[in-house]
Order: sequence, then structure tokens, then C-alpha cells
Amino acid sequence: MEYFDYAWITFFFRWLHVLSGVMWIGLLWYFNFVQIPNMAKIPDEQKPAIGKVIAPAALFWFRWAALATVATGLVVAGLNDYIGQALILGIGDGVAKHTAIGIGMWLGLIMAFNVWGVIWPNQKKALGIEQVDAEAKKRAARIAMLFSRTNTMLSIPMLYAMVSAQNIY
Amino acid sequence: MKNPLESLPATVFMGVVLTAIMVIIMIAVY
Repeated sequence: MEYFDYAWITFFFRWLHVLSGVMWIGLLWYFNFVQIPNMAKIPDEQKPAIGKVIAPAALFWFRWAALATVATGLVVAGLNDYIGQALILGIGDGVAKHTAIGIGMWLGLIMAFNVWGVIWPNQKKALGIEQVDAEAKKRAARIAMLFSRTNTMLSIPMLYAMVSAQNIY
Repeated sequence: MKNPLESLPATVFMGVVLTAIMVIIMIAVY
């Protein structure tokens, strides 16, 4: 393998995929392991420090990292020539690696949809970026939290599936 | 009934269970 040949470019996109994935999952786990559990300990008058400053900034990098992870991941799958088989979970081709990476890809796609389709629209309401009444705001905050928790739950099998595809299959 | 996703430990536990189910299916099929 030489620098800038096909094998290296394929690796390069995998590197970009891991970088953006680390940012995405790192921020997801920050929200779930650090921010949400500690909000109740913050006095009400200090909560805007999180709601107006920290959370919007974290959400910016979180959602764009999610998009970058999906885009670079699809490129990796394409360059490695398993994108078609993986997206049908390797059904019928007898290759375990395709099933494993396919499960990981679908979990990742579901997670990315949750980010842009549910979490972000509801966080805009919950954080007052989009103006809604108090009842709608509370409901939006709860929906955003539940879907963020869903993504935390899915991140565990997703990472197992993807890492196993490269390491045990 | 309380949504288990409201508990972080329950969320992580469900993630581990999903992973175990996936592993068992992979072993069974392949």
C-alpha cells in the first residue's frame, strides 16, 4: 500500500468516520451521563447557563457530527464494496461480516434519524430557540430526553456490531 | 408504568441485553 492509493483513501474515510463518530457518541453520552442527571442539582436561576449556552453549543457539534458520521460511513461501505449487501443485512449471501456491519449501519441510521428528526426539533422548543407555550416546552423536553436515551441504548449494540465486523468476521 | 428509558442504568442494561440477543442470533445463524 502506498499513500493516496485506493486502500489508503478507504482507510482515510474510515478515520474520518471514527473521528466524527467519537464526537457524536461522546456528546450523546455527555448529555445522558452528565447533563441530564445533574440538571436537578442546579438552582433554577443558574439553569440558563446550561440551557442558553452549553446545551445549544453541544447540540450543534452533536448533530453535525451525526451527519458527518453517516456520510463518511456510507463512503467507507461503498469503497469497501459491501454497501448493498450490508444494507440488506447480508441475507442470502452467507457472509457474516455483511450481517454484522449491516446491523451496525441500520442502528446508526436509526440513531441519526432520531437526532435530526426528533431530538433536535424538540430541543429547539425545549431550549426556547423556537417559541412555544410552557406545556409544549415541557412535553418537547421529555420527548427529546426519551429519544436521547433511546440512542444511548442503541449505541451499545451498534458499536458491538461495527467493531465485530472488522475484528471477528 | 414508568418508561424504563427514564432510568439511565435501565437504559444501559437494555442496550447490553439487545447486544446479547444480537450475539446469540449471529452465533445461531453463522
